[in-house]
Amino acid sequence: MNALKKLLGIVWIVLGPVIILFLAMQAIEKIAAAAEGIDRTNTTLQWSIIIIIFIPICAGLMIFGYYGLKGEYDRLPRSSEEL
Amino acid sequence: MRTDDNATQSITKVIAASSLGTLIEWYDFYIFGSLAVIIGHQLFPSDAGASALINTLAIFAAGFIVRPFGALVFGRLGDLIGRKYTFLLTLVLMGGSTFLIGLIPSYSSIGYAAPILVLILRLVQGLALGGEYGGAATYVAEHAPEGKRGFFTSWIQTTATLGLFLSLGVIVGTKNILGADVFADWGWRIPFLLSILLVGVSIYIRMKMHESPVFSKLKSEGKISANPLKESFQKKANFKMVLLALFGATMGQGVIWYTGQFYAQSFLENTCKLDFNESRYILLWAILFATPFFVVFGSWSDKVGRKWIMLTGMLLGIIFYRPIYQYFIDATNVGEFQKTELLSVSEPVVTRAFLQEKGDSLITSAVVKTLKDGSTFKEVKVETIHADQTLAAVEPKISFADVTLPSSTYWTIIALVFFQVLLVTMVYGPIAAFLVELFPTQIRYTSMSLPYHIGNGVFGGLVPFIATLVASFQGSTPLSGLWYPIGIASLSFIIGAVYINNKGDENVAD
Repeated sequence: MNALKKLLGIVWIVLGPVIILFLAMQAIEKIAAAAEGIDRTNTTLQWSIIIIIFIPICAGLMIFGYYGLKGEYDRLPRSSEEL
Repeated sequence: MRTDDNATQSITKVIAASSLGTLIEWYDFYIFGSLAVIIGHQLFPSDAGASALINTLAIFAAGFIVRPFGALVFGRLGDLIGRKYTFLLTLVLMGGSTFLIGLIPSYSSIGYAAPILVLILRLVQGLALGGEYGGAATYVAEHAPEGKRGFFTSWIQTTATLGLFLSLGVIVGTKNILGADVFADWGWRIPFLLSILLVGVSIYIRMKMHESPVFSKLKSEGKISANPLKESFQKKANFKMVLLALFGATMGQGVIWYTGQFYAQSFLENTCKLDFNESRYILLWAILFATPFFVVFGSWSDKVGRKWIMLTGMLLGIIFYRPIYQYFIDATNVGEFQKTELLSVSEPVVTRAFLQEKGDSLITSAVVKTLKDGSTFKEVKVETIHADQTLAAVEPKISFADVTLPSSTYWTIIALVFFQVLLVTMVYGPIAAFLVELFPTQIRYTSMSLPYHIGNGVFGGLVPFIATLVASFQGSTPLSGLWYPIGIASLSFIIGAVYINNKGDENVAD
């Protein structure tokens, strides 16, 4: 299980930037479509909110992955004294 | 025996006082979402269309987004000055801002100042709620005996759902008393204004409560953390647990909560075009039947551990959301309804709107059709008439609204929403105990509040907004919005299954 935790750690490290990139590409595409009047519900404000919120969360996911890769979660503390 | 009785009485009082305040805060928080369509019409220009709903859902979501900041600010206060006074303060802030939302003039009176003022008050609501929940859960957990923490904290867990239930009940009741037109005009303000009375009662009760015994002991020993924020997030051992709690539990729990109890109703009303009351009655029944299961799963988690109950709830959501929502679409398809024998058609209500260009006008005629199986719907036909009174060559636009369902379909949909709320009870019933046991007393309020409110507030609170936005993309289907909760729940399920222990540290007095 510890090997899996470490392996998945790499996945989380990669997933963070991939999600940000995906959101940025979606934002550019949808805002451009809105500017052309195709769909007025997808505005810059709405996409800005989404991107601003998810950037720190994706950074958190990368840190989580890093901790996973380093074996920080191999054995979780059983009491607060171990924290 | 007598001591046991006193202890039980004491914890019962603690739960009752904590739960009432928390329930009222949830009520305050949810009336906004339950009235999104009406508020959208009040806050934005009348021609804003779908954009008004999405912008209103964005303001609704803003309240969720700041919850983690409320958790940090009030969590720090709670770890410094105590649990009792901190959540008294959050209660006052929440009640005051909710009351003021009920007083904000509409867009037609003050223009864009209306949505801006509501946004500010919504942010205060979010901050207050961010401070409230962690305090109440911590307060109850620190009073609860070992081995029964899941059971006792599960009562606090019922409050969010009951707050939603109360908000829906007050909204439907007010609308039924005042009538639909008056309610849409100014009656929607009453549920907001009512909040001040509820908060007054709760403050009175909470003033009589004592400080948490675990916190008092720590305080008397001079062991209170000088800087809980720093200890929570700069100390790697704590921070890694905050991340684990967020990605392995609260993130998935948040999307399951808001899909089952918010998006379901929003989907039935806005996508399936169910009648305003009908979509809310469905959720009210589902919540009523499912709420006891918070306590069932909370109590069960004391015996079998918290992890797998929560993860099973997530897994079932991942598997069944799409079939359930596909059934909603199929069962409310008015095209299929019309195969049933028609019983009656109301007199048409015809309105004419003049268009500025070319002198054309739009003729809208609406009839209510009643079918033999008991279902009804409004059929709205819009035609364009040219200035010379000839009918435009384009086909008239026909749409349907205010659908009410035949009895068997109505109860089937209640059963499916009940199933979704049951999943909510699985993920949410044990989670307070899970979080409390994850962190030590000194930094508990701060540390557990943050992942909880990012998971619920950000991931969960964004479900109606993001799902509605995704479903509005070109080429999307009405079910496309579900990929957001399904994706987040899947990620959380994998992380929870691989990284989290089934049993936590049962000693919370350290």
